[in-house]
Amino acid sequence: MEYFIQQFVNGLTLGGMYALIALGYTMVYGVIQLINFAHGEFFAAGGYVGAITLGYLSGLGYMQTHPVLCLSAAFVFAMAYCAYLAVGVEKIAYKPLRKESRLAALLSALGMSIFLSNGMMLTQGVYDKIYPGEMFQGRFDFGTVAISYLQIMIIVLTALLLVGLNLLVFRTKIGMAMRATAQDKTMSALVAIGSNKIISLTFAIGAGLAAAAGIMYGLYYGSVRYDMGFIPGIKAFAAAVLGGIGNITGAMLGGLIIGMVEVFGAGYFSSEYKDVFAFIILIGVLYFKPTGIMGENIDDTRV
Amino acid sequence: MIQEFKKIWKPYTIGMLWLFGLLWPLLGVHADGTMTVHETFRVWLYILVGSAACLMLYMAKKGGFLDFVGDPLFRARSSIQTRAFAIPNWSWQVGLIVLACFLPLFADRYGTDVAINVLIYICLGLGLNIMVGLCGLLDLGYIAFYGVGAYAYALLNTVYGMGFWICLPFSAFFACLAGAIVGYPTLRMRGDYLAIVTLGFGEIIRLILNNWMELTNGPNGILGIDAVGMYLPVFENGFTFEHFWMKKLYLFYYLVLALAIFTAYGIRHLNISRTGRAWESIREDETAAELMGVNTFIYKLLAYIMGAFFAGLAGAFFAARMRFVSPESFTFLESAMVLCMVVLGGMGSIPGIILGVAALIVLPEVFREFENYRMLIFGATMVIMMLFRPAGLIPAKRMGTRSDEREG
Repeated sequence: MEYFIQQFVNGLTLGGMYALIALGYTMVYGVIQLINFAHGEFFAAGGYVGAITLGYLSGLGYMQTHPVLCLSAAFVFAMAYCAYLAVGVEKIAYKPLRKESRLAALLSALGMSIFLSNGMMLTQGVYDKIYPGEMFQGRFDFGTVAISYLQIMIIVLTALLLVGLNLLVFRTKIGMAMRATAQDKTMSALVAIGSNKIISLTFAIGAGLAAAAGIMYGLYYGSVRYDMGFIPGIKAFAAAVLGGIGNITGAMLGGLIIGMVEVFGAGYFSSEYKDVFAFIILIGVLYFKPTGIMGENIDDTRV
Repeated sequence: MIQEFKKIWKPYTIGMLWLFGLLWPLLGVHADGTMTVHETFRVWLYILVGSAACLMLYMAKKGGFLDFVGDPLFRARSSIQTRAFAIPNWSWQVGLIVLACFLPLFADRYGTDVAINVLIYICLGLGLNIMVGLCGLLDLGYIAFYGVGAYAYALLNTVYGMGFWICLPFSAFFACLAGAIVGYPTLRMRGDYLAIVTLGFGEIIRLILNNWMELTNGPNGILGIDAVGMYLPVFENGFTFEHFWMKKLYLFYYLVLALAIFTAYGIRHLNISRTGRAWESIREDETAAELMGVNTFIYKLLAYIMGAFFAGLAGAFFAARMRFVSPESFTFLESAMVLCMVVLGGMGSIPGIILGVAALIVLPEVFREFENYRMLIFGATMVIMMLFRPAGLIPAKRMGTRSDEREG
């Protein structure tokens, strides 16, 4: 039982990160029906910028005196950086292809993903970059169940971000404009919603969330790597599909499920094949229920 | 003119400032608590100067300032084109094959090695072309079939001691089987979903190769695979056959050349057959194809199996060439590289793909000092090709004439 609870907490932590990444996929897909292959790279870039910010601040000596403040600064910088990156990527690689065939946009996205990950490799090196997070060590012990401060921080922060995003999308004017653009670009343009601005904003928000997940991932595993965006990117995509692509609540749910399955699969079956479970779920969902749990419409016009 | 100038330079300036903002945190902020600007500025300046030069050329061409160079060049190109079209197609093919046959005489060991690489990738590119170019199914896990073919030969050879020629059909068969297994569940999906699921399958196969220690020896790979053996007739003591290992590089080169020629002509014939037309109709409009009586599922599955077949053959040759296989050779980046070759050359165009493969294998060998930038340039190439020339360097010819073209 203790083992189960321990795994549950681990799954919650991992699932929260996947949910944050999956939101970016699902939001972009909802608005322009494109799988943003470069999204995993936004996640990795966020991890790197977080590491750079934390490294810089610890070099100045602030990390030792105000760790929480420094961590907040790292989150803010990384999220801003990735939003900035995503808007640039969208303008260069996706916007000119919006009217072209799907294959063209998809290949352009794939090329951008390779370009970004290798750009990070060239600027930051091939080897793992150690995350300067030793001040966040420590844990609570409940009998044999151990929950680290980091896990609590990740779960709480993820919950805050998810609630914040839900408020943004479902309670504000901007969110309404986003939903309107997702439904019908022409009609929303008629009621004076600038679809280009909304698309950029969607990319920015998605990348910001991915960047937050990147820092969490770096802190949790202790290091970042230039190609770390690839596998979590696919898993998060699986999560988005599982929840029903285009559906924000579905992506959150899907992320949690994928995280749980991965952790329990690794804990009870085989840790070597932990990456396979997410793919199998992805294939199974697409085969048996391609609309996902929350059931977005997928037919010829959308896929 | 001024208007146009403004229209191009304003976004360009914003873009460059944007780029500086993106580069600086990565290059200029150090872990010892210092910030520097000069290295970022240096890198940025290179990019600025390079891209500004390209843009100036483009503007000058558009504004008609380069007509004194451009016009004669254009005339020369069109006259070469008319003359090239006057030469029948087969003579190009014969010329290319003859050139390929005599290559080992001029090339040293290293050159032959690169040529073998080119030929193997031609097989891969043409195989992927069946899926992506002819049938319009984007497959991002293609390299897995290549891996299956290579491991099939490696395992059959090292465990059961079977020779290359017996294993070759097995390699192709196992790759086809993998293609069918991947294709069967995924082909109900379209477009983007298919791409990501094939990516997932590719990763699953790689993970299995990596983790199934008892069978594949995991990440250490399989060593000691036999080279290709051959029985050659010997006339010394009457007429006998003598077994002979084709370990010499140039002999192997001819084998791979034969494979590449077989692949190119095989795919050419598939392309102009009934099957090829069915594939193209699926690519253009699946619903319409189904309406016209094309069994889309069977044909899509067939496209998968045929693509996997050529990858499996290429995989067996790869294993025989390297005499060592490990999961390292079959990562997603390899899939992306093959895809990049197909996209660069022109989806659906056989000469285009041959050119694309040659460009993407030979150029990195020539510019060896920029080795690290290779994948960066591949990625950028894919984006740029999609933006400016989505049909590739040598676009595929459409078969037949469309009704709206014929009338005009």
